[in-house]
Amino acid sequence: MAEAGIALIKIAVVLGFVLNLAALLTWAERKQSAVIQDRIGANRASVFGLRLFGLFHIAADALKMLTKEDHVPQTAEKFIHGAAPFISFFFALMGFAVIPFGDVLRVGGREIPLRILDLNIGILFIFAAIALEIYGSVLAGWSSGSHYATLGGMRGSVQMFSYEIAWGVSLLGIFMVYDSLDLNRVVLRQGDLLWGVLPKWGIVTQPLGFLLFLAAGMAITKRVPFDLPEGESEIIGYFVEYSGMKFGLFFLTDFVLTILISALLATLFFGGYQLPYLEPDGFRFPWGATWSLDHYTVVFLQFVALVLKIVFFCWLLLAVRWTYPRFRYDQLMDLGWKVLFPLAVANVILTGLVLTLIE
Amino acid sequence: MAYYNVSRPSEKLTWRERIYLPELFKGLRITTRHFVVNLALHAVRLLGIKTRRRGAVTFQYPEERRPLSPRLRTRHRLTKREDGMPRCVACMMCETVCPADCIYIVAGELPDPNVEKYPVRFDIDLGVCVFCGFCVEACPEDAIRMDTGILEIASDSREEMIYSIDRLLSG
Ligand code: SF4
Ligand code: SF4
Repeated sequence: MAEAGIALIKIAVVLGFVLNLAALLTWAERKQSAVIQDRIGANRASVFGLRLFGLFHIAADALKMLTKEDHVPQTAEKFIHGAAPFISFFFALMGFAVIPFGDVLRVGGREIPLRILDLNIGILFIFAAIALEIYGSVLAGWSSGSHYATLGGMRGSVQMFSYEIAWGVSLLGIFMVYDSLDLNRVVLRQGDLLWGVLPKWGIVTQPLGFLLFLAAGMAITKRVPFDLPEGESEIIGYFVEYSGMKFGLFFLTDFVLTILISALLATLFFGGYQLPYLEPDGFRFPWGATWSLDHYTVVFLQFVALVLKIVFFCWLLLAVRWTYPRFRYDQLMDLGWKVLFPLAVANVILTGLVLTLIE
Repeated sequence: MAYYNVSRPSEKLTWRERIYLPELFKGLRITTRHFVVNLALHAVRLLGIKTRRRGAVTFQYPEERRPLSPRLRTRHRLTKREDGMPRCVACMMCETVCPADCIYIVAGELPDPNVEKYPVRFDIDLGVCVFCGFCVEACPEDAIRMDTGILEIASDSREEMIYSIDRLLSG
């Protein structure tokens, strides 16, 4: 019973965090793009004359989408058309189940692992979730009964073919270095120090893997510069026949995926919840100084560290969206097959060589 | 008009551009610089400190208006004589020259032999007007001008878009 309760609380914490951050990102995207482009951005929604930098636009958007007509085209495959956004959204959220947001929390003699699911194949779970997530958009495209949507869905599936292999292979290096598929083990091993000073984060051991993962990860979020499936501005994509909250779900899925990719980047390459020199009993600096902290403070600090890292990467991904133009269709496939994939394989070989040499 | 000498970079990409990565960082640096600088400017101005530059180049329209050029053609008005009569002598020049055919004038007779005619009706259908300003150019009496600075000419019906002589005279 207590186990189930704890699991529910953990799910509530993670879901609450992710969904709130996703909603905030819709606002952040507008404001960030505005500031980048020397504008002010959405600031008109007000409550009692209070504008709060346009934060109420989140609520205004949600209200608008909920009250809009939910139009289903006559030619649509009704059931699948209705299910597709939920498939996308569900599997995008599922990825968070294995992201560790702390090591263990000890309360009253009980050890609570701070992740929803303690899987020893954590990253494969995320691969599976993301591979299934793409079905949502492909199904949406097929079931809409519109050629534009079908083409969008097909672009989505081709895009997936182009980057998913490179994406998977780019992570192999990480698992060779940290010797585990369990995300928490990977994070724990990133707490070690290299030559006594440098934290052994993934970015240090796998710089090339990081770049490849970042590039392929952006393709997963289906946002500019890889927004071929959507092509909001002109080529229109798989969700062209959606309105109301179903469209809103697709919209939100993109932001959830952005957070998922950010969380993965933080977890795999930037030490996850690890703070440099923070051991379970406090800070232990390489120059000998120590600063002991109690268990709860450490857990809290680690959680905050992870959140800050995630927010940073969300910021980066948003900035990327407002910096680069979209890739052409063939350029994307070129990039995926001819650049990312060979580089990822080279990275694996290089990592293997270095690891053997070290041993 | 001044002209600019544009030097085009050669079509061939250098190897640095072909690697792509440095160029990506260049782009990201530009947007990040805009982001950081503008955010800092916004923050500083929010604290009430005056800065020479603003964080945004846009105008917050209903509250803030851009200064208009005096030459800008805005809504028409009919000018008046000292005694309050319209300067217009109903010569029909503007009605004739109007390419949109949106001016409608009915002339009346005046006892004053120097003036002879005055407009009984003077309607401009602003829903049709193309704001070419020909009417202003054509007028021999400087009776019609487009210098009110009024840009918001909208209404809920087409009839309301037809401005009669009273509305045009009252500025
Ligand atoms: S501005 Fe041009 S279109 Fe408008 S009333 Fe004058 S002449 Fe006609
Ligand atoms: S051209 Fe001038 S004077 Fe002649 S009718 Fe038009 S406004 Fe009146």
